[in-house]
Amino acid sequence: MTVQTVALLAVGTYLLRWCGPLVHGRVDLSPRFQTVLSASATALLCAMAAVSALTTGHGFAGWARPLGVLAGVVLALRGVSFLVVVVVAATITALLRLAGVS
Amino acid sequence: MRSLCRTLDRSLLRDIAAVALAMGIVGASFGALAVTAGEPLWVPVAMSLAVFAGGAQFATFDIAVGGGGTAAAVAAGLVLNARLLAYGLTVADVLDVRWPARLLGSHVLTDQSVAFARAERDPRRRRAAYLACGVLLFATWNAGTLVGALVGRTVGDARALGLDAAEPMVLLALVLPALRQRGVRRAASAGTAVALATVPFLPAGLPVLLALSGPLLLAREGAAVEDATEEGATDEGAANEGPADKGVADGTAEGAGVGREEGRA
Repeated sequence: MTVQTVALLAVGTYLLRWCGPLVHGRVDLSPRFQTVLSASATALLCAMAAVSALTTGHGFAGWARPLGVLAGVVLALRGVSFLVVVVVAATITALLRLAGVS
Repeated sequence: MRSLCRTLDRSLLRDIAAVALAMGIVGASFGALAVTAGEPLWVPVAMSLAVFAGGAQFATFDIAVGGGGTAAAVAAGLVLNARLLAYGLTVADVLDVRWPARLLGSHVLTDQSVAFARAERDPRRRRAAYLACGVLLFATWNAGTLVGALVGRTVGDARALGLDAAEPMVLLALVLPALRQRGVRRAASAGTAVALATVPFLPAGLPVLLALSGPLLLAREGAAVEDATEEGATDEGAANEGPADKGVADGTAEGAGVGREEGRA
């Protein structure tokens, strides 16, 4: 891990963050574009969640993590608070691994 | 900060604090992972401060430590963070403030702060939710990273504690309310399916970006009718209070806008 790697990633990431606010007020985005953009943000969040729940590298992550997350989702849908949901997901994942499920 | 707390109600602040706490744990697992892999303390600490994007930090770190080279490592992180560009457009109204604040506020643009902002319709509450989540998350993420890096070798395996489930869990819990709207749900499911299907053979980060195909395909279906209403760029003055803001407030944010209200009703 080099200083360049950290610096390049930091600068690039900041520029990506900055583009939206920079463009705002200069370019008028059509309502349809706004709708698509909003759905895109949701789709990206979903994909990010699914990929990090189900995969490690290029393959399946094993059952422990997805099952833990699934338990959390069930609780979240029932309106249980965020913190409990996250703790339950991690605990079930840990217990499954303890029981030998990867 | 005090006015932030007054604008946001207690249950929302509790949700934000819970997410921040959970991400602090994920940050700790990043710090621990980095020093366990033999990196000096400054590497995870500097990354969390300057990059402040969990997925990209893990991805870049894995590739760099695995010997993938600077270019590949940085590219993977940036591809993963390209979604921040789309997020920036959806919450740009929140950051329509004076320049110093805008420069700093942009840095706390994350999956989580955007999700909280989008759940609010009132402009003041949007901004307050965004900033409260962004600032708190920045604090816990960095504190977590530092603690994880300091005690990393003694804690042992973050996986054994199930901590790798925390990040997807936080993201899912945040996105669930937006999925109540049928159109959005279809777009997101299609996109997520594409992302998962391409994970085995595409470099890290790209599959997530391909999830954009879902909303884009659905947009094409309804495109013909709405093309007539499309407008070009207008001058700056008009755009500030222009239809762009209203579009978000009335049309899109409503469904995506989470069932914080619905949940209570």
